[in-house]
Amino acid sequence: MSAVAYIDARLIDPASGLDASGALLTEDGRIAGLGPDLFNDGVPDGTTVVDCAGRVLCPGLIDMRVFVGEPGAEHKETLASASEAAAAGGVTCIIVQPNTEPVIDDVALVEYIKRQARDKASVRIHPMAAITRGLLGEQMAELGLLAEADAVAFTDADRAIDNAQVMRRVLSYASAFGLLICHYPEEPALARSGVMNAGEVAMRLGLPGIPTQAETIMLERDLRLVEMTGGRYHAACLSTADAIEAMARGKARGLPVSAAAAVHSFAMNEIAVGQYRTFAKTAPPLRAEDDRLAVVAGLAEGTIDVICSCHDPQDAESKRLPFELAATGIIGLETMLPLALELYHNGALGLSDLLAKMTSRPADLLGLRGGKLAPGAPADLLIFDPDKPWRIDEERFHSKAKNTPYHDRPVQGRPWRTIVDGKVVYSDPDGN
Amino acid sequence: MNELTSNDLPFRHLLGIEGLSPDDITEILDLSDQYVAQNRQVDKKRSILGGRTQINLFFETSTRTRTSFELAGKRLGADVINMSATASAIKKGETLIDTAATLNAMHPDALVVRHPHSGAVALLSQKMDCSVINAGDGSHEHPTQALLDALTIRRRLGHLHGLTVAICGDILHSRVARSNIMLLSIMGAHVRAIAPPTLLPGAVERMGVEIFHNMAEGLKDVDIVMMLRLQNERMNGAYVPSTREYYHFYGLDQAKLAKAKPEALIMHPGPMNRGVEIDSDLADDINRSVIREQVEMGVAVRMAVLDLLSRRSTNQPPVGPEEAAPNGRPEGPGEAAS
Repeated sequence: MSAVAYIDARLIDPASGLDASGALLTEDGRIAGLGPDLFNDGVPDGTTVVDCAGRVLCPGLIDMRVFVGEPGAEHKETLASASEAAAAGGVTCIIVQPNTEPVIDDVALVEYIKRQARDKASVRIHPMAAITRGLLGEQMAELGLLAEADAVAFTDADRAIDNAQVMRRVLSYASAFGLLICHYPEEPALARSGVMNAGEVAMRLGLPGIPTQAETIMLERDLRLVEMTGGRYHAACLSTADAIEAMARGKARGLPVSAAAAVHSFAMNEIAVGQYRTFAKTAPPLRAEDDRLAVVAGLAEGTIDVICSCHDPQDAESKRLPFELAATGIIGLETMLPLALELYHNGALGLSDLLAKMTSRPADLLGLRGGKLAPGAPADLLIFDPDKPWRIDEERFHSKAKNTPYHDRPVQGRPWRTIVDGKVVYSDPDGN
Repeated sequence: MNELTSNDLPFRHLLGIEGLSPDDITEILDLSDQYVAQNRQVDKKRSILGGRTQINLFFETSTRTRTSFELAGKRLGADVINMSATASAIKKGETLIDTAATLNAMHPDALVVRHPHSGAVALLSQKMDCSVINAGDGSHEHPTQALLDALTIRRRLGHLHGLTVAICGDILHSRVARSNIMLLSIMGAHVRAIAPPTLLPGAVERMGVEIFHNMAEGLKDVDIVMMLRLQNERMNGAYVPSTREYYHFYGLDQAKLAKAKPEALIMHPGPMNRGVEIDSDLADDINRSVIREQVEMGVAVRMAVLDLLSRRSTNQPPVGPEEAAPNGRPEGPGEAAS
């Protein structure tokens, strides 16, 4: 069938450590070959040639934490619109969260998401299913059956499981199947009334705060339960220095644990709330600068395995409210790459290490076939210029929602082509 | 009385004490002094706000603040309308932004707003062409209360600079405390915060206050004792074990007051919970308590604020339809607050 040769590319494959100039050939939706010497004997006849002009060619990004309004809140975002946003952001695989209406806690609903995704989306969409029925934190969902139906992992999305006994049994039961339990670590009673990080900014604004200890306490509890049960555990997004330190200790003890950080946890701090800026209302909340620096360090040292966008679309009306009443969330699919690249441009992480956190690491954790450049792997690719300067512009967004605090932020690095199954699903309209 | 001397203020809204300069505050207090004298005359009315409309929009019940603003507006000759959330479209689900746009279309000249959520008044002000005055937003600010407290102190003691002021009680939930801490600090007073740790906001020391958990220690040699109201729902185990225990440790009585300077004044923003945060006899002690005086100063301060903010706008003849401004300012899909 149609073969495409991507020539003059800087091939970066975090999984194998490859970082070299070369070419890559796709055929029938798969990677057929790659390397510096691939076309030493010339490009075969009948092959379409794409000149990457020295741009980076890497596996398409995998985003482990994406909220979509489908089913139930399609006015915020559909699988189709999220898919377009993902493609524009260089993301070829999104993991959607189960806190929809209805909650994805049943095999039929996992099937529904897969069917909708297959029919309407241009990127890969995998659902995470609920850990507990209705996300109520009480009764375990059918974890094994849901996994058989291709739920890639389990999460109660933006809720923590308050009851330690429930969490213990979940981790214990899931260990029999090797399932990944992805938990949002926030002690609910400590966090309940809070709307931003506790501290001086919240105090001056007269807003109730969420102390960093809410995250640390829940994570430390979880780590003890992992130690007790042997369940595979992933912290959905860490935002505090103390929790990152606890995660590092857990890893040092050899626990089967991993962690992600949301882009906003290293791209901004609580100062962004300014005078009640509701676009900066997020979960986890924007923290103090020391915590932000700890997230950067945690990424660099490897305590934090994954970068996720925490894409959380909200309509304009739900943000145009007094801060305490406003909806929580920031969209992030289209800004994840350039904001993550700030860490590379600032010298915090090497390019390959940074890309690993959005490609090979999530693929490993979720057991996905993508996330790497290897013969036979799906041709899910991202080609981008890491240095291209531009300003984030909400008018360019493909997402239905516009709730971004990053509008007009100068950044570097933008997708040039996004490729799924060998097909181009996004082309930079400003690029040739 | 006809030549009240003052300049206007360098801002359109009064949303908080934060951001005011010592000169701004002095300006307001000086003019307030003149209105105190006027309010003690039989003829209290002036017409400097004649033809202007003031709307008092209260999303929280209030008696004294609303009445005070109403009197202030009327004594300056403005037409004053009171709107309460219970009687308006708010209860029918209209958003704050829509309410603001609706009111703005009626061309008020001043909007006085109280709202249960921090930042709501600032949000509303972004959609208003007239001056917006914060009459209390959530746990954030209540600037005219701080100004009237400052006026009360200044008239009694002659100055604010160098005084030691103890603010006692539920500082965590208090907008009055935040505004007072800022104003007193700006004017060079020393502020102490006295409360059980459960009623102190985290990082409050970053506002430059000295923290005390023991009331007797905190009141030692202070010039002013400023009591705050403790709401009923915050007693009974949530923040403090009981009313009885709270009064025992943090209620103002003769024994604790004896630690303060002999001539120290007692203040309370009202309404008081007698026997909870303050001894009933102390509250009525005319030698020590200036609580009634605070109410009087409140009207004068609000007149001064209304007067000063109104000076930024002068009467303009109507423009022809060609040049007429659109009824509402265009609104993008942007965010609530910026």
